[in-house]
Amino acid sequence: MDYLTILQILDSALRLATPLLFACLAGLFSERAGIFDIGLEGKMLIAAFFSAATAYSTGSVWLGMLAGVAASLVLSGIHGLASITFRGNQLISGVAINFLASGLTVLIGLSWFKLGGQTPALQGDARFQGIDLPFAEALSGVPVFGPLYSEVLSGHTFLVYIALLCVPLTWYVLFRTRFGLRLRAVGENPAAVDTAGISVVGLRYAAVAICGVLCGLAGAYLATGLGASFVKEMTAGRGYIALAALIFAKWRPWYALYATFLFGLLEAISNRYPSLDLGFITLPSQFMQALPYILTVVILAGFVGKATPPRAGGEPYVKER
Amino acid sequence: MTTAPAIELKGISKAFGPVQANKDISIRVMPGTIHGIIGENGAGKSTLMSILYGFYKADKGEIYISGEKVSIPDSQAAIAAGIGMVFQHFKLVENFTVLENVILGAEDGALLAPSLRKARKDLAALAAEYELNVDPDALIQDIGVGMQQRVEILKALYRQADILILDEPTGVLTPAEADQLFRILHRLKDEGKTIILITHKLREIMEATDTVSVMRRGEMTATVKTSETSPQALAELMVGRKVLLRVDKSPAQPGEKVLEVENLKVVDSKGVVRIKGISFEVRAGEILGIAGVAGNGQSELLEVLGGMRNGTGTIRVNGQDLDLTGKFSDARSRRKRGIAHVPEDRQREGLIMDFKAWENTAFGYDDDEAYQTGLLMNNAAIREDAEGKIERFDVRPANADLEAKSFSGGNQQKLVLAREIERDPDLLLVGQPTRGVDIGAIEFIHQQIVALRDKGKAILLVSVELEEILSLSDRIAVIFDGQLMGERLPAETDEKELGLMMAGMTGEDT
Repeated sequence: MDYLTILQILDSALRLATPLLFACLAGLFSERAGIFDIGLEGKMLIAAFFSAATAYSTGSVWLGMLAGVAASLVLSGIHGLASITFRGNQLISGVAINFLASGLTVLIGLSWFKLGGQTPALQGDARFQGIDLPFAEALSGVPVFGPLYSEVLSGHTFLVYIALLCVPLTWYVLFRTRFGLRLRAVGENPAAVDTAGISVVGLRYAAVAICGVLCGLAGAYLATGLGASFVKEMTAGRGYIALAALIFAKWRPWYALYATFLFGLLEAISNRYPSLDLGFITLPSQFMQALPYILTVVILAGFVGKATPPRAGGEPYVKER
Repeated sequence: MTTAPAIELKGISKAFGPVQANKDISIRVMPGTIHGIIGENGAGKSTLMSILYGFYKADKGEIYISGEKVSIPDSQAAIAAGIGMVFQHFKLVENFTVLENVILGAEDGALLAPSLRKARKDLAALAAEYELNVDPDALIQDIGVGMQQRVEILKALYRQADILILDEPTGVLTPAEADQLFRILHRLKDEGKTIILITHKLREIMEATDTVSVMRRGEMTATVKTSETSPQALAELMVGRKVLLRVDKSPAQPGEKVLEVENLKVVDSKGVVRIKGISFEVRAGEILGIAGVAGNGQSELLEVLGGMRNGTGTIRVNGQDLDLTGKFSDARSRRKRGIAHVPEDRQREGLIMDFKAWENTAFGYDDDEAYQTGLLMNNAAIREDAEGKIERFDVRPANADLEAKSFSGGNQQKLVLAREIERDPDLLLVGQPTRGVDIGAIEFIHQQIVALRDKGKAILLVSVELEEILSLSDRIAVIFDGQLMGERLPAETDEKELGLMMAGMTGEDT
């Protein structure tokens, strides 16, 4: 395995990690505010569909992205209504949203495009194009660092960079602003927030909305950046993997970056080496493809040490006497 | 010259469905005083304060702050009106620092750094002014309840509260912490703050307040100067009948040794030695009281005896060894040996809160022959039994179908006591029998414990209430840091001596 191969795998890992990172940060905002969201998957899926459909119809990837975000926000709104306003069970609401998205995308897709639930392939401005970072060409000659910069960091689409920027931004918002303090407080002890005269409901809706926007970007990236059309069930469990990464990351933004990159890396490796020859044994492709999911199970089974979720997570807030 | 009252309520009424929680309540609290509001659980104290803090809207009535009429639709308005509230269950974010908790909701701008800087300065000033020292960078989960309460007080002061309402503030405090709290309150009063102290403990009212209002069943039955009343008079106003504040009991007639504990050691799951080799005995027909500040090993002692925890050493009941580890060291085996246990935390260990009263009266004895019909539970028999217990122990409301959580603390405790005492145990373990229990119920519970003693049973009482230990016990042992500091007879000791022993001075030092 030479240096260039490693760089190509890293490059691919970064692209594959991007939707996970968006979704993971989306879950982070929601869960930090005390609203569990297993509907990340559904929100990504519906965003992927509407962004692809809109981008195809209008020819503009930007309108597609907005449509994806809007669709995801609608589902967020439903989740908020069910779990904040009506104090329903957050898991059930999330599951319902996943089913809804899974069914709706295929149904609408069939009716609009008659392609078995897919959207037509996106071309030109209907897709996100790679952006070459400044000096990528010039620096590519520099040993070691040069190729790293031009191969791995440069040449990605707009949303990859946005996702990366979201990490420090999320950290800053959570830990350095008033909104972040209140958001974290409402996920730990909503009664403390309520008695301080701040609206628990308002804060939680804000968190759920941010979650919707980020899931929307994740979905848009899947269909118009990573892929070039919407494909039935194209999220393929990424929403759940993002949740696992969130636990792995202990609900912290920087760790979320590392965790999702690890998942991206595993996926990149399995794409690159459908079957991996380790010399004494050859790992079959089924095993390689299952790697990210195996890691998910391992993480969720608690092999990575104790992770303490936000204390009020999953509990609707009922004002006590 | 007339000063306007800091708070004046006029004709406040509030109903929840058919229940009239507050009936035409009027009250005036003068600035710079400590005003007590006393009443049993469910008398409407908390409802009244929730109205003042904007949690509920009163159906009728007016609120005046410093002579001006205000409306308090939400907590924000209450804070703006200068009201600060210290709830019984603290409203703190456990994994935030003290500083973060203080500024939460009272930040100065969208960014935290300037708010934190300002709060750090202000907190230092408040600490100096009121002697309220707290490490601003400590996490709430790392500091004790006494400190957490200070943080709540600081939160209110930081929001410029002039009126401080404290709801049952000593419920979670040790006697020493409570004394410290009252010193702080006096200090606040001297600085001109107005304090409303809600409690059901007569002693606190007598010690700390200037005036006191008594509530009973949603009504304000009296407001008097504290110096012109007595605990006896207040208790009667609260309960509506004559109440015995002292336990009425004859001298003990100790018989055979029922419980013998020799060199008992307990190590907890973290490897900390909780009990460091203690020995004592309890005889039939006597009550041994274990006094001590919470967390000194008394909980672990009860748990080992009750079969909820392993230990090493020797425990004999009626002369026969108990298993301290293994299959037969569980609670069921203990019950079979004639040990009944009224655990310290009745809501977590004594009852299942979501289960009905009649179901709760069978727990631990659910394998009783009388409760079975073949493979099935004989629910009719359990229910009939429960109804008898409810009647004999005066559980109110007398409805076996209510869930345990819908009873008041005192009535929950009566359910647990009924279940354990009516099994006619040789040894009764009782932990904190009257924590969070009304005066009227305390009297009843104490009578039941004494009655069991008079039937010739052995009783081990663990309580952090010194008063309770002194009035109920026939002998008193003091526990400190997992060791017994010595034994005293109630007639030959007092709170002062016991207090010193509870702080770790051995009998010889005192």
